[in-house]
Amino acid sequence: MDLEILRETLLLEQHNTRIVVISVALLGGTAGLIGSFLLLRKQSLLGDALSHATLPGIGIAFALMSAMGLSGKSLPGLLTGATITGLIGVLLVLAIRRSTRLKDDAAMGIVLSVFFGLGVAILNMVQKIPGQSSAGLDSFIYGSTASMVWSDFCLIIVTLLVTSVMTILILKELTLLCFDPDFASVDGWPTLRLDVILMGLVTAVTVVGLQAVGLILIIAFLITPPTAARFWTDDLKKLLWISTMIGAVSGWLGASISALYSNLPAGAIIVISASFIFLVSMIFGRARGVLPRYLRHLKLQKKVGRQHLLRSTFEILENTQSEAPLKNIPISMELLRKHRYWSKGELPRLIRQARAEDHIERQPSGELRLSESGFGEASRITRNHRLWEMYLIKHADIAPSHVDRDADMVEHLLGAEIVHQLEAELELAKSDIKSPHAI
Amino acid sequence: MRPEHPPEFPLAVHDLTVAYHRKPVLWDVDLNIPDGSLAGIVGPNGAGKSTLLKACLDLIPATSGEALIYGKPYAEQRDLIAYVPQRESVDWDFPVSAQDVVAMGTYRKLGWFKRIGTTQKKQALAALEQVGIGHLANRQISQLSGGQQQRVFLARALVQDAQIYFMDEPFAAVDAATEQAIIELLQSLNARGKTVLCVHHDLATVSRYFDHLVLLNMRVVASGPTPETFTRENLQKTYGGKLNLLDDVAQALKNVGRP
Repeated sequence: MDLEILRETLLLEQHNTRIVVISVALLGGTAGLIGSFLLLRKQSLLGDALSHATLPGIGIAFALMSAMGLSGKSLPGLLTGATITGLIGVLLVLAIRRSTRLKDDAAMGIVLSVFFGLGVAILNMVQKIPGQSSAGLDSFIYGSTASMVWSDFCLIIVTLLVTSVMTILILKELTLLCFDPDFASVDGWPTLRLDVILMGLVTAVTVVGLQAVGLILIIAFLITPPTAARFWTDDLKKLLWISTMIGAVSGWLGASISALYSNLPAGAIIVISASFIFLVSMIFGRARGVLPRYLRHLKLQKKVGRQHLLRSTFEILENTQSEAPLKNIPISMELLRKHRYWSKGELPRLIRQARAEDHIERQPSGELRLSESGFGEASRITRNHRLWEMYLIKHADIAPSHVDRDADMVEHLLGAEIVHQLEAELELAKSDIKSPHAI
Repeated sequence: MRPEHPPEFPLAVHDLTVAYHRKPVLWDVDLNIPDGSLAGIVGPNGAGKSTLLKACLDLIPATSGEALIYGKPYAEQRDLIAYVPQRESVDWDFPVSAQDVVAMGTYRKLGWFKRIGTTQKKQALAALEQVGIGHLANRQISQLSGGQQQRVFLARALVQDAQIYFMDEPFAAVDAATEQAIIELLQSLNARGKTVLCVHHDLATVSRYFDHLVLLNMRVVASGPTPETFTRENLQKTYGGKLNLLDDVAQALKNVGRP
């Protein structure tokens, strides 16, 4: 592959691919935006049923237009047919859901497969219509950008702009519908009409995307960008932006690559690009990605282990001395080992870590001693722990013997502010608080 | 105008029957909730308590009968109503903050297409502070505890600034501190002349929390001021032969008359 051609394609310098790439990127952006609401409304499968149900409409429209002596492949005609049967499919799902006790997934599965089967059969029949070539109709199944002409782009771009503007206008209403439809309804919002509008927007994007992406894969274009975006943020506005960007970038990549290798179907490449972005987001996503979560977990684990070690040491010091003030004397490994349960290899690892942090020193005799900073830290940690235990006993009605375990889990999340509150509530601002249970 | 349901009642239910898949859930419910009362709807699981609330709010179609808000159908009186759904009814993983959820209470007054501005944000924050979690305004809602989530829902209802508050199990699965905060809030609403209607399941607290009581088990067993309605006889009629509940009942009766 010539690098020059690659550059030209990606940067939209080749005249004949430019318009394809632009419209598919726009399609991806719009799908990412509207798909976010489809996903949040938990209706992704309904979108899938819708796209599969468009196929019979394409076949029927072709046959009708041929019979009327028109060109069977006029895009507006085909898409009108697609819209009609697509909507019939959705209505059928809703009707089955309302009138029988079938679950959603079953209703959608049935409608999806029946309409798709019907569509394949009809496409086969219309191939036998004399005088009209139906070649290229199957591009609606897998998607192909090769057959697109100028008037197609105009139709696609106008539809996408209208649907995006509408979505942005009713952002607030759609958000309420997706989050709490019952509340919305009591508050006087026409939830049924809003649902219809949302399905209408999804239908518009699906139908204009059929030619480029194909009806099997268009659902991925609606769902993958928002699911990927969810890994990056907990904020709806940012989610919508990121999802739109991911959709646009996958559209741009997919259309460019398929333009370079003309035998690669655009839909497949688009979906692969989107899935790649999804994978990266799943691993690295700042808000919910696997790797950041794992790192946060490791950090917490390290903090918890450090607190366990220091508190154990401090408790041993308390147990071995009867008089105040507490003296920081060396203690043996053996005492520490017996003091609480340590998993295999945990204690030496924690001690190594504490020595690196300059909290614990090893004496020439092999015994361990808290450093000056370690002693302060240990007394602070022990105190927080007991404050929390006291709080639970006083306010949460937990038996004293069960407190220790709960406190172990929660104390690590205590911030300075909460400790302050506990002190105020418990009127226990004194620094020496006795443990409420035997250590 | 129905003589037995005069318009001074904030909620009057007339002969309401609700059925799911032809199986009746509520039979001929007929009751009046007095103005300015703090009323509880109490009954066993599956008694149709939430269904009654939802049917009054047109969320579930009634097979027959109607609910009137100050003598008029609900659809004409939306401005007077705030609704707190059951906490489990929404997905708390939704990508919004506590303040975003509370601001939803201002949407109705805003109307179509308009976005929330500083006024609405301030209102939301003030309501969050009123329920004691102003410092959590920017927290994503999945990072809130159950009690905090319930407070967010209450704050949203406060922002709606209604006359009648419909609450579906506001005390379900919350910690003791939240339960206390909620009841104080309801009492302060009540003191300002608002009517509060709560679906409730904990018999032990009924007589302390509510001044008006509806005992429900598919039909209205009894409805009236709590001291007269909350009797052993009525409770046995409501809970029937569910023996394991008798202890609860005994415990609950002991609490009658406590402050």
